[in-house]
Amino acid sequence: MEDNTENLDNLSNAESAGKADERFETIIGLETHVELSTKTKMFCGCRLSFGEKPNSNTCPVCLGHPGSLPVVNKKAVEYAMKIALALNCRINEYTIFHRKNYFYPDMTKNYQISQFDIPIGVGGFVDVNMGDYVRRVGITRVHMEEDAGKLVHSGTTGRISEADYSIGDFNRAGTPLIEIVTEPEIKSPLEAKQYMITLRNILLYLDVSDCSMEEGSLRCDANISVKLKGSDKLGTRAEIKNLNSFKFIQKALEYEVGRQISLINSGKKVIQQTRHYDDKTQSTKALRSKEEAHDYRYFPDPDLVPININESWIKEVRDSIPELPNQKEQRYNDKFGLSDYDSSLLASDFEISCYFEKALASYDSNAKGICNWLMGDFSAFLNKDQISINESKIKPEHLAGLVKLIDDGKISSKIAKSVFEEMYLKGTDPNEIIKEKGLEQISDEHELESIIKEVINNNPDAVNQYKSGKVKAIGFLVGQVMQKTKGKANPTLVNEIIIKKLS
Amino acid sequence: MKLISMKAHELHELIKKKEIKAEEIAKEHIERINEADKKINAFITFKPEEIIENAKKIDKYIADGGEVKNFTGIPIAIKDNICIKDVNTTCASKILADYSSVYDATVINKLNKHNYLLLGKANMDEFAMGSSNENSAFGPVKNPWDLERVPGGSSGGPAASVASFEAVCSLGSDTGGSIRMPASLCGVVGFKPTYGRVSRYGLVAFASSLDQIGPFGRDVTDCINLYDVISGHDEFDSTSLDMKDIKDYGYKHGQDIKGMKVGVPKELMVKEIDSEVKASILDTIKILEKNGADVEETTLPSIEYALSVYYIIAPSEASSNLSRFDGVRYGYRDKDAQGLREMYRKTRAAGFGPEVKRRIMIGTYCLSSGYYDAYYEKAQKIRTLIIDDFKKAFSKYDILVGPTSPTTAFKLGERMDDLLLMYLSDICTIPVNLAGIPAISIPCGLSSGKLPIGFQIMADTLREDNIFKAAHFLESEINWKITPKI
Repeated sequence: MEDNTENLDNLSNAESAGKADERFETIIGLETHVELSTKTKMFCGCRLSFGEKPNSNTCPVCLGHPGSLPVVNKKAVEYAMKIALALNCRINEYTIFHRKNYFYPDMTKNYQISQFDIPIGVGGFVDVNMGDYVRRVGITRVHMEEDAGKLVHSGTTGRISEADYSIGDFNRAGTPLIEIVTEPEIKSPLEAKQYMITLRNILLYLDVSDCSMEEGSLRCDANISVKLKGSDKLGTRAEIKNLNSFKFIQKALEYEVGRQISLINSGKKVIQQTRHYDDKTQSTKALRSKEEAHDYRYFPDPDLVPININESWIKEVRDSIPELPNQKEQRYNDKFGLSDYDSSLLASDFEISCYFEKALASYDSNAKGICNWLMGDFSAFLNKDQISINESKIKPEHLAGLVKLIDDGKISSKIAKSVFEEMYLKGTDPNEIIKEKGLEQISDEHELESIIKEVINNNPDAVNQYKSGKVKAIGFLVGQVMQKTKGKANPTLVNEIIIKKLS
Repeated sequence: MKLISMKAHELHELIKKKEIKAEEIAKEHIERINEADKKINAFITFKPEEIIENAKKIDKYIADGGEVKNFTGIPIAIKDNICIKDVNTTCASKILADYSSVYDATVINKLNKHNYLLLGKANMDEFAMGSSNENSAFGPVKNPWDLERVPGGSSGGPAASVASFEAVCSLGSDTGGSIRMPASLCGVVGFKPTYGRVSRYGLVAFASSLDQIGPFGRDVTDCINLYDVISGHDEFDSTSLDMKDIKDYGYKHGQDIKGMKVGVPKELMVKEIDSEVKASILDTIKILEKNGADVEETTLPSIEYALSVYYIIAPSEASSNLSRFDGVRYGYRDKDAQGLREMYRKTRAAGFGPEVKRRIMIGTYCLSSGYYDAYYEKAQKIRTLIIDDFKKAFSKYDILVGPTSPTTAFKLGERMDDLLLMYLSDICTIPVNLAGIPAISIPCGLSSGKLPIGFQIMADTLREDNIFKAAHFLESEINWKITPKI
């Protein structure tokens, strides 16, 4: 290795990494792995599981016992087709599996069954909404493969090289995986993060994976390089592994942009290598350089036969694809008259949009009202507690009930806020809350009239002011009525009655 | 007549009539193995007490009115690369010397439904790689006709056990001739079905696109009957043929061969062929001619490359198939190794024999980036040409015939130092595997040195019926009654 190629492996401080240098542009390509949520594994009948007793869901096939053979899970192929179609890919009507050969103890056969030159889907795209612009990211390929098992290494470091022994759990071995590879068309760490959020949302809509990043069912690697703006020549790329949260994706890539720019600015070269993101140090570290990279000796798996996908199968799968985020956005616009902004926010979160539609199912006269709660107070509460909407105690029909209570004039917006808080804490039906606490708005004219009469009699000054033309004095009188009814009086009605009485 | 000299279909008749018991048959075979196998070494796993126990169970099943099928109570030897639950499957390798299978191969499931009697696991070349059965971690198998000679390989144990009356029938596997070639050298019938006819589930893979399980017997009928039991679609093997959409030609015994179109590919009469072998093959062809078959010479131009293509494709697949033997989950592991890399290296260095290592290295090389196109991919293209040659031939002929092996059994050690000569042993059988077609080897004569010669009959994909017709006919004409002295 020459001196000038010396690797500025870790920046002295992460701060200098974050600094953007306007002269450079960033080019990112992402490879995303998605664990499918089929009932059984990719090539055997074992049940998919998470967190169960180690090696309880294994068989001769996924343990790689001599003589065992793989058989393709048709459901997994359909899920892969669904994904490919939703990402606007062309389906290869003839697709085959290859073996990717490498030795590692988490691979029971020491080769992974994967796809190589004829993947199931090619040439698609995803539109990523960046707020003030849309980035169309090309999808190079969507391919099927199998996951490996999990190893636990003894010793304090958890590294295989420093362990006395390692133990293997092969429950995950053979889980169907889909790899989604983008073109190098992502232009910033923020776009990368936004792409992943968009992709995850589409996958959730398709219901093909639980997309849990903590459990590793959605994970991504990034290829990133920088180059001088306007230059045709691409920079040398680094591959960043272990990007298992949206936050890490952005942070790791921001660090990497800074590292590569610093290297170039100090006259050094970026080396093509694989790097690992460590959140503790918020930096990336070199794992191995590409020169030492494996020769995977890909060849068609002779144990499997080609999959022929005909038009009618593609149509069948295409027809099973549910409404996707952009279509949903359009529908919210057209059918419920929501603004572009509201529609896009609702549709861009699969869980929230499901919640929204469940709420509408029990009360569909005020979509905007439900949307406002979801985007306003409800979101604020969820953010504060860092939980998702499905983890909250409020049932969709109860949120709808709350909006209906307001619309029917049974409670005021002010009271509604305290009712909502109660619902959020206990998950109670709003109708029960207002009944129990006697919060129901008083809209009974007889009841109100006696109170108003009392207020008028007790406040002659305000009455005179009003009569002498000070219209604003009526606000004081209404306020008095509200005070006497502990906020329960219907203010519009009170206003009307006072005006009638004083005229 | 001694029980050990009887064919499976003959024993079956006696069992069915309740004239003999499975236990008596078992005892006689155990006795025979005890006496002969010291010299032959056809068995790796042989447990007499368990055999007797199982034979008694079968007798009870029959006594209780259980159905007596073709192989109920028939002692069968199984090549040691076919998995049987709770029985060792060593593949004649040190790396699996103590490995006990955790499941039954599909062919074993099918035999179990017949209540067959497992006689033991038969010796072979390590991972089925070899043509002489000298590459076994459990010692070589000897040819029952001449103990100084090889039985052929890689199914040397299954062939020799049937030839020496230790077993009535056996199952072997054929990747490049591993059933037909030892059948030829041992003077028995060995049959390789169309690729996909018999499930490979539970057959330890050597070269997945070529491997096929098939039967050995002392006559054609036993082979056909055994083939009938083990064949059929299997959902656990994606390459197994689903007969739903395929015409099954079936086979009826006793048809004559008048008008049968027979091709004799000149390329199979290789220049290395022994003159006595050649004479015997030509004599056999004359029998066909004399009985009304239309015989003519034909050509399969591409099979001149078959050997080269085979020695790229088979090792390539093997290098990947055998990578799972790493000492991590089962099998032999070097206990003193430090660290992962060293464990892999030492385990595999000590666990595999030299021929297996050689083929893993050849295969790894052929699949490496930069070499893949020149070797593996090119070999696949030529394989397609070979398939086309056969297709063309079978558009004219019902069967193709020729020698199974260019020579009779050679001496132990004779070819171990000349690998090209060793690889040439399979030159007549390898094209069949590359094309995926069925072929049989039947005994057709003896050399002056009293060594058997085998006649090979090939047919188009799924046309086993044509093979059986010709083989049955020749068998009755040749009336093979000669047996080895041992």
